[in-house]
Amino acid sequence: MTEPLSFELSRPNAPSPRLPDADVSAPGPADLLPRDFLRTHPPDLPRLSEPEIMRHYSRLASLNYSISENFYPLGSCTMKYNPVANEAAAALPGYAGIHPYQDEDSVQGALELMWRLEQALSAVVGVDRVTLQPAAGAHGEWTALRMIQAYHRSRGDSRTEVLVPDSAHGTNPASAALSGFHVVEVKSGADGRISLADLESKLSSRTAALMLTNPNTLGLFEREILDIAELVHATGAMLYYDGANLNAFMGICRPGDMGFDAVHMNLHKTFTTPHGGGGPGAGPVGVKAELEPFLPTPTVERSNGHFELNYKRPRSIGRVRSFYGNFGMLVRAYTYIVAMGGDGLRQASEDAVLSANYLRKLVGEDLEMPHEGPCMHEFVASARNLSHDGVRALDIAKALLDREFYAPTVYFPLVVPEAIMVEPTETESKATLDSFARAIKEIVAEARSNPQALHDEPQKLPVGRLDEVAAARQINAYLQGSSDDPVLRWKRPSNEPC
Amino acid sequence: MPYLVHSPEDRAAMLETVGVQSMEDLLVDIPRSLRMESLDLPRGLSELETMAEISSLAARNRVYPDRLTFRGGGVYRRFIPAAVAAVTSKPEFYTAYTPYQAEASQGTLQAIYEFQTLIAELTALDVANASLYDGATAVAEAAMMAHVHTGRDEVLVAGYVHPEYVEVLRTFSDGRGIKVRTGSEPSQKTAAVIFQQPDFLGLLVDARALTAAAHDAGALAIACVDPISLAILAPPGEYGADIAVGEGQQLGLAASFGGPHVGFIACRKDLVRKLPGRLIGAAHDAQGRRGFVLALAAREQHIRREKATSNICTNHSLCALAASVYMTYMGPEGLRQVAEVSFKRAHALAERLTALPGWELAFPEGQFLNEFPVRVPRSPAVLRKLARKGILGGLDVHRWFRQLKGVLTFTCTEVNDPRALDELVAALEA
Amino acid sequence: MADRRYTKTHEWVTVDGKTVTVGITDFAQAQLGDVVFLELPSTGRKVGAGESFGVVESVKAASDLYSPVSGRINEVNEKLATKPELINSDPYGEGWILKLELEGDLPQDLLDESEYKKVTEAGSQ
Repeated sequence: MTEPLSFELSRPNAPSPRLPDADVSAPGPADLLPRDFLRTHPPDLPRLSEPEIMRHYSRLASLNYSISENFYPLGSCTMKYNPVANEAAAALPGYAGIHPYQDEDSVQGALELMWRLEQALSAVVGVDRVTLQPAAGAHGEWTALRMIQAYHRSRGDSRTEVLVPDSAHGTNPASAALSGFHVVEVKSGADGRISLADLESKLSSRTAALMLTNPNTLGLFEREILDIAELVHATGAMLYYDGANLNAFMGICRPGDMGFDAVHMNLHKTFTTPHGGGGPGAGPVGVKAELEPFLPTPTVERSNGHFELNYKRPRSIGRVRSFYGNFGMLVRAYTYIVAMGGDGLRQASEDAVLSANYLRKLVGEDLEMPHEGPCMHEFVASARNLSHDGVRALDIAKALLDREFYAPTVYFPLVVPEAIMVEPTETESKATLDSFARAIKEIVAEARSNPQALHDEPQKLPVGRLDEVAAARQINAYLQGSSDDPVLRWKRPSNEPC
Repeated sequence: MPYLVHSPEDRAAMLETVGVQSMEDLLVDIPRSLRMESLDLPRGLSELETMAEISSLAARNRVYPDRLTFRGGGVYRRFIPAAVAAVTSKPEFYTAYTPYQAEASQGTLQAIYEFQTLIAELTALDVANASLYDGATAVAEAAMMAHVHTGRDEVLVAGYVHPEYVEVLRTFSDGRGIKVRTGSEPSQKTAAVIFQQPDFLGLLVDARALTAAAHDAGALAIACVDPISLAILAPPGEYGADIAVGEGQQLGLAASFGGPHVGFIACRKDLVRKLPGRLIGAAHDAQGRRGFVLALAAREQHIRREKATSNICTNHSLCALAASVYMTYMGPEGLRQVAEVSFKRAHALAERLTALPGWELAFPEGQFLNEFPVRVPRSPAVLRKLARKGILGGLDVHRWFRQLKGVLTFTCTEVNDPRALDELVAALEA
Repeated sequence: MADRRYTKTHEWVTVDGKTVTVGITDFAQAQLGDVVFLELPSTGRKVGAGESFGVVESVKAASDLYSPVSGRINEVNEKLATKPELINSDPYGEGWILKLELEGDLPQDLLDESEYKKVTEAGSQ
């Protein structure tokens, strides 16, 4: 099943919505504004009635997999259940209905919530202060690197390099480059853990920071993290924590204690705010005291029981977004933390680790496990054992879609050939994990008996595998002027009236 | 414990399958010295208690009714059709992941493709992306595009651009060694001229002249626009701006203390490869069925790493969906009516406010749509007086602009009904 | 072609007098997958050996192109703008990318076929 575009459903004579009249006597735009300021042709927006609009979006919704209906074993994405109470909390008029430029006295509850969230996140990751401003993980990484840069500069130390493991998420090097740093790759060993020898050879007085996640992208804890921190700090560089894998150890250990100086968190992973089909998220950054002066403005401070926004921060890196961050996401995350409490967060991480090890054991019957366990909250399997049947990790992913599971992360990290990265999270039941393992077993059996059938999956979804290559070539033809079809948007056929 | 699914029996059975005695055996890789006994946080609460606590904090915020809110400054009260929340609260949308597996994400992908088209139509530019975080980061990302495109190291901010947008632009620019200058005279060093239409005070700028000046200097013109205004005003593509950006909060999103809202960016064809963030394109499967996929991904951080056009990954997809529903609900007629009603009411209000003793337009020659600056005697006292009557009065912009002492910007939209205007004026006369 | 030489970054060159033709290897095109776009320089530009002169993109990957030699770009394969797939179908023939006028000598570190084969075998494990 597919659904036409709203533009294709549009009818020139569809009724427009009923809206209030001005009911004041005042001139209109055409009476007052110079003619060349005015729009000559209305934008070609769809014209549809409300019933048609609601059906259109309901049908689109039915084309999606989502956490509400499907298991998302997506490694490094922490797709847990999004508590509905969070949604109810964010929708309270006391939060949704306040203007960012109201007087501080009239938004004490909002400021206190932000202050409390900062305290809670500080406790979880072991830092002194947290900025809640960054809108997403990558935004948080960049914010942290700007602070690290400002710290070095404040000491008259112009460090130009950021070290990034070859297994890191692409946002790490991108964020470093956008901060003006030169990116230097550090190699991982065969076990996916960082190579201390390679790290040592690349650390120098030019190094501003090492960006690292722990457990690493293979789901393995960096056992030598304390040695890594010592090496990095000995050269005067800082250690940055990518919070992608924080769900592995809440209440068990803390990045701050491991020696990390700056820690970003994804509230849309660890703290259950929904992904929304790609955002909005929130990417707060926690820092140790030495980075505190450089936090973005404003910070939330408490004095004598009163909460206020502090803009007087002369050494701050400045503002990283408008207003105070994705406040609605902060409300959701704080609601989750209150409900879970310290005991609940720890149990969540323990269950996440247990579920990953359990599923690893089951899936290990059918796929290769290139690394020794135990794993933390996720594991990486390899479909290399199916290569001689001509079956690849991508085929497994697509076959899972046909069995109503979202696909695991595939081909990441690059150090494992035919990687299949699975993160079950703590909110999937044993029964779900069992049925996922059964699906893998079935698919692997099919790979051996009828590999061709796997290449044709998915069959049961609204569309089959889409020809991205043809689409990309068409886009480039459009961008180079040899085609009129933009591909990146709908365009009214030239013979059709608006 | 809320949201956890394993029973103690499940845990025991799972440990047994794994072949270990206890959880401790699974945590052996963590050095002992790092292990903690417990988190220094209160114990968890029931949903009843949780919501009571969260609600009591919410109750400590003062919520002004929409109709008595006359403060804007980048976040506006607008009528939001019930259809918007009905769509965005569908769990198939809000609990879906980033649409990497296209076959299982057609709903999200098509909705974003429609958003890209809606923004491109509104701005009259060739291509728009899948969304950015907010208006401020959209301005900054556009400036970075101009820097890469022209190879020049300076951007020029012309006129009253939202001060927080400029602050964010400075933070972004610092990282890349780009200079931010204010003024209206571009030079041969200028990568882009950035202006806001209407500006932060609500006044219209001469977008055509600014665009021409940018082009004469070999710079790009970046127009930061109010999306509702584009129902009335000439769109950036029509006067030749190269990139249009803006804040989409007015398209169906709650004020929510400033976020999450949604940034948008659209550009001319020849700049598309430098656009930041995600783009969705149309493609076909083996049976010829149309579907939608992530397109031009090789510009993005997950492939291009340190050479990517931007580091953005997670964007504001769900807010873009809200904006799409809003624009589709309104259609061209509805959007125009919203803009016109706001225009007329704001002009009626300006007339009445400037009839008050000592009140005058701060820029009598300036044209505006639905937000305007007035110079008033004793502005702090005025705002306090209005607050006592339950009215959120204008925004005191002196906080950002020294030269604007005593200037408040009032905003008026379709939610401020004529009686609300009466109440405002009566409160001021009292 | 016996006189084809290679780089560790998977470009190839052939030399005809002062004219050097540059492309990417069969191994490189296979690793990239279906090529959809090339970002190429304009003629007349000078490049140094080892300097990046463009980008080749598939749907899932993007890779910088490095000049194996120093020289001035005399010709860019125009066909690739509309037919990037030539890189996949005929990497050593119709899928050539640049013709340069060589400046100075050929770099010493260019590989012959058997040396390059070792590079690809090491890299594919």
